[in-house]
Amino acid sequence: MSTTPENSAATCTRTVVVVGHGMVGHRFVEALRSRDTESTWKVVVLSEEAEAAYDRVGLSSYVGAWDRSALALAGNTYGGDALVDLRLGTRADRVDRDARTVTTSAGDVVAYDALVLATGSHPFVPPVPGHDSAGCFVYRTLDDLDGIRTAAEAAIERAHAEGREANGLVVGGGLLGLEAANALRLLGLTPHVVEFAPRLMPLQVDDGGGAVLEGLISSLGVQVHTGAGTSSIAAQDDDRLAVELSDGTALLTDLVVFSAGVRPSDAVARTAGLAVGERGGVVTDLACRTSDENVWAVGEVAAVEGRSYGLVAPGYTMAEVVADRLLGGEATFPGADLSTKLKLLGVDVASFGDAMATTPGALEIVHTDATKGTYAKVVVSDDARTLLGGILVGDASAYTTLKAYVGREVPGDPGALVSPAGAELGADALPDDAVICSCNNVTKGSICGAIAEGACDLAAIKGCTTAGTTCGGCLPTVKRLLVDSGVELSKALCEHFEQSRAELFEIVASTGIRTFSGLLARYGTGTGCEICKPTVASILASTSSDHVLDGEQAALQDSNDHFLANIQKNGTYSVVPRMPGGEVTAEQLITIGQVAQDFGLYVKVTGGQRIDLFGARVEQLPAIWQRLVDVGMESGQAYGKSLRTVKSCVGSSWCRYGVQDSVGMAVDLEHRYRGLRSPHKIKFGVSGCARECAEARGKDVGVIATDKGWNLYVCGNGGQTPAHARLLASDLDDETLVRYIDRFLMFYVRTADRLQRTAPWLDALEGGLEHLRAVVCEDSLGIADDLEAAMARHVEGYEDEWKAVLDDPVKLSRFVSFVNAPEEADPTVAFDETGPRKVPVLLGLPTVRENV
Amino acid sequence: MTTLVNTPVPTAAPTVRTLVRPGILPAPGARLWVAACPVSHLVPGRGVAVLLPAGAQAALFLLPTGMIYAVDNLDPYAGAAVISRGLTGDRSGEPTVASPLHKQVFSLRTGAALDDPEVSLPTYAVRVQHGEVRIGLPLP
Ligand SMILES: Cc1cc2nc3c(=O)[nH]c(=O)nc-3n(C[C@H](O)[C@H](O)[C@H](O)COP(=O)(O)OP(=O)(O)OC[C@H]3O[C@@H](n4cnc5c(N)ncnc54)[C@H](O)[C@@H]3O)c2cc1C
Ligand code: SF4
Repeated sequence: MSTTPENSAATCTRTVVVVGHGMVGHRFVEALRSRDTESTWKVVVLSEEAEAAYDRVGLSSYVGAWDRSALALAGNTYGGDALVDLRLGTRADRVDRDARTVTTSAGDVVAYDALVLATGSHPFVPPVPGHDSAGCFVYRTLDDLDGIRTAAEAAIERAHAEGREANGLVVGGGLLGLEAANALRLLGLTPHVVEFAPRLMPLQVDDGGGAVLEGLISSLGVQVHTGAGTSSIAAQDDDRLAVELSDGTALLTDLVVFSAGVRPSDAVARTAGLAVGERGGVVTDLACRTSDENVWAVGEVAAVEGRSYGLVAPGYTMAEVVADRLLGGEATFPGADLSTKLKLLGVDVASFGDAMATTPGALEIVHTDATKGTYAKVVVSDDARTLLGGILVGDASAYTTLKAYVGREVPGDPGALVSPAGAELGADALPDDAVICSCNNVTKGSICGAIAEGACDLAAIKGCTTAGTTCGGCLPTVKRLLVDSGVELSKALCEHFEQSRAELFEIVASTGIRTFSGLLARYGTGTGCEICKPTVASILASTSSDHVLDGEQAALQDSNDHFLANIQKNGTYSVVPRMPGGEVTAEQLITIGQVAQDFGLYVKVTGGQRIDLFGARVEQLPAIWQRLVDVGMESGQAYGKSLRTVKSCVGSSWCRYGVQDSVGMAVDLEHRYRGLRSPHKIKFGVSGCARECAEARGKDVGVIATDKGWNLYVCGNGGQTPAHARLLASDLDDETLVRYIDRFLMFYVRTADRLQRTAPWLDALEGGLEHLRAVVCEDSLGIADDLEAAMARHVEGYEDEWKAVLDDPVKLSRFVSFVNAPEEADPTVAFDETGPRKVPVLLGLPTVRENV
Repeated sequence: MTTLVNTPVPTAAPTVRTLVRPGILPAPGARLWVAACPVSHLVPGRGVAVLLPAGAQAALFLLPTGMIYAVDNLDPYAGAAVISRGLTGDRSGEPTVASPLHKQVFSLRTGAALDDPEVSLPTYAVRVQHGEVRIGLPLP
């Protein structure tokens, strides 16, 4: 791990002059410098302020700490970058577009090939008499705040001596005005806010929201005067200011801060003859290019297609657009979301979409709770169906959910969206992040996720999501989701593929598409997710013998498949070597013991007749595998949706009851089907006689010896919903047994749903066991040869996944703890060995309730 | 104990991909840039863990779209540093990573847990300079 200063020097051919070193100007320089890898541009930055670019959004945090360096933007002096010439305290006075030069306040003339205007905006000071008196301030720069501080401290001293309270008046009750009022409060003044409009924050909230906001703000000690203009300001003998409001109110105040909106700082552009907008601002196209093709405008000074943006994020986007353009790119400004959610003086305020109902015919629905001090409004289209926007004051917790609805149809009565019972409505149309169970904060997404994972009744959903376990009020909605999902679930794999797993399998098999991206491009949408990626990875693995970490496939595998080990609760892995049929040599057993000792692993014998080694860190895995591979062991694929174990009893070689060699058969079967990727895990059991000591009927494939051969049972499992395997065929010889199992497994792999084990697959199969028997034993579909050939290819192509990684330096290089400190053990991994067994210690977390 | 891995290996020639772009814009504030690895070391769609000063760790992702994101590596549900090993993807276009432990899905852009408004992962600024990915930390 290392940190480096930025350095560069090379030949450059062109010069870009940036006027203004605010947040956006700085962002532009950074974007250009980090992308201009050939160093084709030299940059000259002219900054009127003596301070290099700082965090203006966080300006209010300067109050109290008074530490300028805390607000400095990263890399704002470009130390070590020879291609950036930053001139602080230097204003651009004049631009000559014909000569392509800028004249600075220092008297220099700087030539440019491209000029970027990033001059931002300045506070608007209404021309009331006395607006330039001593004691009047604006709120935009660090210097402004220093001025306010000095005046405030003097005022407090004076007021103290006179035995009164010091106060300050803010002209303008918008977002910034309220921030300024808070700053005055922090400085020890009693703030007054005068707002010309009939409400506070007139741009963000409406009258009703403003009224609630005013109540909340007033209760914090801010004196609010709405619906009043400032008529005059007059300096008094005692250094105070007498302010008269248009409603006749007269106030004596120690200082005044103007926060009545901003105006684009477009003076330089105007005198240079560039096109400016009606309300100011340099007009640009979507590429942020002005009426002169060599001049660009970004940030608050720009009026992109005539529209100005008073937020920093759109400015950053513009900076990126121009940097891209200067390097020959084609980027355009995509517009910006002006939704806001903020806490002002501790009060939640949010507005989103068409909050002011400016859409023709728009309807507003309001819910006010005077006792709680909350206000909620939604704006819907004229047919009351589509949500257009809204405002929340006092409690903005519904912001995320409602914003998710904007532009969508509202289910049922739109008024319910702001009523306290809103969550009861139209569950099917709700966005995934909508909270269904508010007692336990369970979202629709979590509930649907649980259903998709197999929760099929209320009890199961309660169990795995906690939804409905407190007041139970949401249970009807949960039930509806359950009913609805029955339909949805039958097909689409996820939001990226409309097809079911079986359909995708057919597509892969028939088209020969071998990549996820190829499949997605032709048959899906988006970029995939944690559901479709492993599913497709599994299909690709079932249909070829490429290594699961080959090429693009590596990015599809679930963490377990990606690291070829089972992830445990603290992020370490467990390692399970294969022990076919439960057989292991003494040498192997010794090695396992030594590995466990050397790496400090916890050892446990599994239910599948093998040994699990717990607590290995990612970077230890290859070394552990190497030791196991060296004594002839291989991956047991305990991590995969694939064949796990073939459990066997001792059988005829040792058992006095045994009628067939169950161990031999188990070992053969495990060798044949190891590595087969499937919709879910597959387990086998082989018993040497009808006493069934291997519990084969609790497995997906159960083989039980008879005195004439083998009985084949299929589709059983233990686990949450145990199912006994059903008899498929009796008294088979070895060869027929294997042939039938080949067909059965491949048929299942082709047609089952994602994460569907064999028992539910059989339940869902049309025609049930009879149909399955016809397909497997009588080849009723005429696909038996196909299925057998596919299995033959699998057997042929099998390769130990561990060994393949050990032999491949590129794959091996991914087994590191940290990309920048490959051998450093993860400091968060710890174990407790004081008890009867070694256990992982988590990080004082979970801090949040598990809902899965 | 033998160590047989961990020498950085030159990866195969990177597949053609669009402009690599840091997906999380550096928020305002001074920061320290910690070198992670060359862009060419990242596998599109997959993450790596990056050790940060003072024992913190980030999960760094390159998406097939060319966007690069960094969020905190610590899974807030599980209390384990595993996010870098999650699967990436998108939900209605929002780039995501799913925890490999319990599959909660987080936005890579904002760090927010998409099914749980209360929870989110811290995000880090990312930049690519001269082919090297760096992660930005606010200065103390
Ligand atoms: C208190 C406050 C709180 C805010 N809160 C938020 C918020 O929460 N969220 C949000 O998105 N936005 C917020 N903003 C707005 C945000 O700060 C601006 O959108 C952003 O700073 C605009 O960046 P800019 O680079 O375009 O302009 P500025 O940051 O204004 O920078 C322009 C720079 O150019 C200089 N300049 C002007 N003319 C010349 C010239 N002729 N020669 C040389 N230099 C010149 C100026 O002195 C200035 O330094 C807030 C603003 C303030 C004041
Ligand atoms: S199943 Fe039969 S052969 Fe196998 S151990 Fe039990 S009794 Fe012996």
